[in-house]
Amino acid sequence: MIMNKQEILEGVVADQLKNELPVLTIGDTVNVHRRIIEGEKERIQVYQGVVIAQAGSGINQSITVRRIVANEGVEIVFPVHSPRVAKIEIVRRGDARRAKLYYLRKRVGRKRRLRDRRRGLDALLVQEQTQADQNRKAQEAAAAVAATAVAEGGDEAAE
Amino acid sequence: MPQVAAILGRKVGMTRFFLSEDGKNVPVTVIQAGPCYVTEVKDADKHEYSAIQLAFEDIDPKRSTMQMIGHDAKAGLSPKRFHREVRLDAGDEAEYEIGQAITVETFEGVMYVDVVGTSKGKGFQGVMKRHNFKGQLASHGVERKHRSAGSIGGGGINLGTGPKPKKGKRMAGHMGNATVTSRNLDVVKIIPEQNLLLIKGTVPGPNDGMVLIRTSKRLGKSKQLKVSTAKKG
Repeated sequence: MIMNKQEILEGVVADQLKNELPVLTIGDTVNVHRRIIEGEKERIQVYQGVVIAQAGSGINQSITVRRIVANEGVEIVFPVHSPRVAKIEIVRRGDARRAKLYYLRKRVGRKRRLRDRRRGLDALLVQEQTQADQNRKAQEAAAAVAATAVAEGGDEAAE
Repeated sequence: MPQVAAILGRKVGMTRFFLSEDGKNVPVTVIQAGPCYVTEVKDADKHEYSAIQLAFEDIDPKRSTMQMIGHDAKAGLSPKRFHREVRLDAGDEAEYEIGQAITVETFEGVMYVDVVGTSKGKGFQGVMKRHNFKGQLASHGVERKHRSAGSIGGGGINLGTGPKPKKGKRMAGHMGNATVTSRNLDVVKIIPEQNLLLIKGTVPGPNDGMVLIRTSKRLGKSKQLKVSTAKKG
């Protein structure tokens, strides 16, 4: 019997988790910077749309982003911790009263737009603050680890 | 280095892993493997084949038997729970000695592995689930027979005629809880500090189940090519 299976699984992917993610809520309009690899070349493409669903947690966290391209609805599911997602920016906070905005699929024209978010903005601010703190701590920890690694490497080189 | 590396472990569970080179999203099974100890070395002279016996995981002596405790003590070990034999190429057994520890580091440089485990038991199952039969039609006069197999024939034993169904005719019965080998799985990462192996895809059995991991025995052509080019550097 392995007692701490969940801990082991989380530990394995711990260094793959991103520490610069914003607080994502349903209804937000976001810019997702996609890293697109074509053979040798790599470029960044920005995909803007509305977050209509979130799923998973930790390394498995993903968001579904919907937008309209050439009059055709497009939805892409992004694993947010994937290295192929270079960056996620919040453009605008939309007001949503439910966890999944699948009803937007049937909406046409101006009805598609969500109202700007007003409810719970204070709570959101607090969340953002804590997230920023967590991110900063994680980044500092990562930097410290990198620094010691460099120092050790330097020592070895000196020897 | 011997041709065959082998180790025993327990399945921890599955997660996902992003490859560092291109960011590809890979499903991985995490296995906590080893350290294992060699309890017996079999050579061609005495046993007519080459093999080593591996022992894994400490056990309360009360849960073991005197015979097994003695067997482990001969190798200078505390009582172990699992003992499995691994066949080696002739002559390779000379590289092992009794009591030697084997850790996941032996898999450094190994690209593909076979994983042997015991599949989850499914109980008594019908032919549709057990053998992927199609069953019968939903209507057109079919009554109470929608998930049955069709005729099982009266073909005679392995001949065209006779009074009995053919031997080995696939029917309903017990499914799962059998030894299954998943072959040629990619080794994604090795974490020696925690005795962990990350292997691409699924492996047989439940979480916590014991599995045997060894270098692949039957590689396909494309994977053989990859291994040989990797060796050349």
